[in-house]
Amino acid sequence: MEQAVLSHSFLSIFLIFVSAAFTDNILLARFLGMCSVLGVSNRVDTSLGLGAAVTFVTTVTAALNYGIYYYLLVPLNLEYLRLITFIVLIAAAVQLIEMIMERVSERLYFALGIFLPLITVNCAILGISLFMLNKPYGFLQTLAFGAGGGFGWFLAITLISGIREKIDETKLPSGLAGPGITLIIIGIMALAFVGFSGMIKI
Amino acid sequence: MTQNLWMNILLSIGFLAALGTVLSVLLILAEKKILNYGECLIDINDGKKTIPVQGGSSLLSSLSENEIFIPSACGGRGSCAYCKVQVKEGGGMIGPVETPSLSGDEIKNNIRLSCQVKVRSDIFISIPDEIFSVKHFTGKVVHKKPLTHDIIELKIALTKPENIDFTAGQYLQIETREYKGREQVSRAYSLSSVPSDTRSVELIIRKVPEGISTTWVFDHLKEGDPVNFSGPYGDFRLSDTDSPVVFIAGGSGMAPIWSMLRDMKEKGITRTAYYFFGALSQRDLFFLDELRSLEEELGWFTFIPALSHEPENSGWEGERGLITDVVRRRLPDLNGFEAYLCGSPGMIDACIKVLTESGIPEENIFYDKFA
Repeated sequence: MEQAVLSHSFLSIFLIFVSAAFTDNILLARFLGMCSVLGVSNRVDTSLGLGAAVTFVTTVTAALNYGIYYYLLVPLNLEYLRLITFIVLIAAAVQLIEMIMERVSERLYFALGIFLPLITVNCAILGISLFMLNKPYGFLQTLAFGAGGGFGWFLAITLISGIREKIDETKLPSGLAGPGITLIIIGIMALAFVGFSGMIKI
Repeated sequence: MTQNLWMNILLSIGFLAALGTVLSVLLILAEKKILNYGECLIDINDGKKTIPVQGGSSLLSSLSENEIFIPSACGGRGSCAYCKVQVKEGGGMIGPVETPSLSGDEIKNNIRLSCQVKVRSDIFISIPDEIFSVKHFTGKVVHKKPLTHDIIELKIALTKPENIDFTAGQYLQIETREYKGREQVSRAYSLSSVPSDTRSVELIIRKVPEGISTTWVFDHLKEGDPVNFSGPYGDFRLSDTDSPVVFIAGGSGMAPIWSMLRDMKEKGITRTAYYFFGALSQRDLFFLDELRSLEEELGWFTFIPALSHEPENSGWEGERGLITDVVRRRLPDLNGFEAYLCGSPGMIDACIKVLTESGIPEENIFYDKFA
């Protein structure tokens, strides 16, 4: 366990957040979380809700999975079970968060909560929990990585839905309508995000 | 080495089992604690009825557990928009699932989809009085009688409860069963039987090509089969006035009219009545003999079948042309009449136009639109 290679300084946490959001954007650089983007990105307001829900969940589950990985799986030599453990843990956490939201605030529930069942199986969330293990992050850095990854996805889906709303008013060749043009938009945006790559190396 | 392997297998199985158990217990506890709203009261129609329910379920299911059946066809997914009720207080915010189904006026009047409203606190609603008498029935198919090439009469004897109380013009919701991968649905059909027959119900059903429900009725439902349905629903009924009446209906739209006419005969109501029955050609007509003998028997009733697509030389001696033109030709002045229509939205809209031109104000035109 070489967790403490990077110092816990504010700078490193900030850099991890930025790199997770931009240079390693989970959607545009890793192409994860694509199905919900194709399905839900036709309106900006729903994208904002879904994006915020994903950001919240990636942060929480990254922290939870960090704990269970380093304090249970590693000591028991069961690292190879991380995939299934993370899936189960994410599903349970999402359910729990949904219940709490529904009870605590109806406004919050309608803004974020209704998206939660949708993202239980979102691969971006599992992806972030798995990728964080590739780097020797400490707890705070893991939080930053989770939040940054989620924020990157939030940013990407919001931009895509903004573009799609504009496109809605234009006539498209019928073969391109819907998912087709969305994939092309994502491709072009991914090219733009390549510009960020190499900016930060962590 | 082997021992180590076994240890590993046991450890991983044990770990996953423990993880699953801990999480499930946690979730069950959380659901009990967090989503427990305690006992809530549903107040219906300003205290006319108050029912205590365990909070946490949807308004629709809480009501149906207490034998109050709001019409619903999609099973609570928020897609059919049949289950609208007025929630005066305690309904919470309008959710994103509901918004597309509610018009601006409905939102102003606190109309909500009862399947999307969760009972979290005491809740005050108002529903039409008829809904109190809606019940769930099981019955058995007595006969499926072909009336034309694509219309049948379905007769169902009631098994539980054994009696139904309805007004001529109301409708039932039949629940289909799953077949060939098509999901279970509920569809509305008007009652064609007379209200005095409380032991069985009759429906007139036209086959809709590819329709989930009618395909089930035509191809899968057999005589002797059990059927589940709920009802009676709807406020399409004859008024209490003495005004003369014009009925217009085609195809399976005859069902409520057929019920009303025989109900009038039984009750000795003698309002002047005309029934315009529109069809394409002779093979689409049914109950001709019954209606003609009713016409002879009752001095106040005139039956006018009209065909729009009958070949010129077929020997048909009755009226020809679109039903709206026939009505205009036969009854140019309809001042003082009431009109009762049953059919497709297109036919009803066309009729309303002609009837208002002939002098019936819109509030005296009553209709049952098939959607």
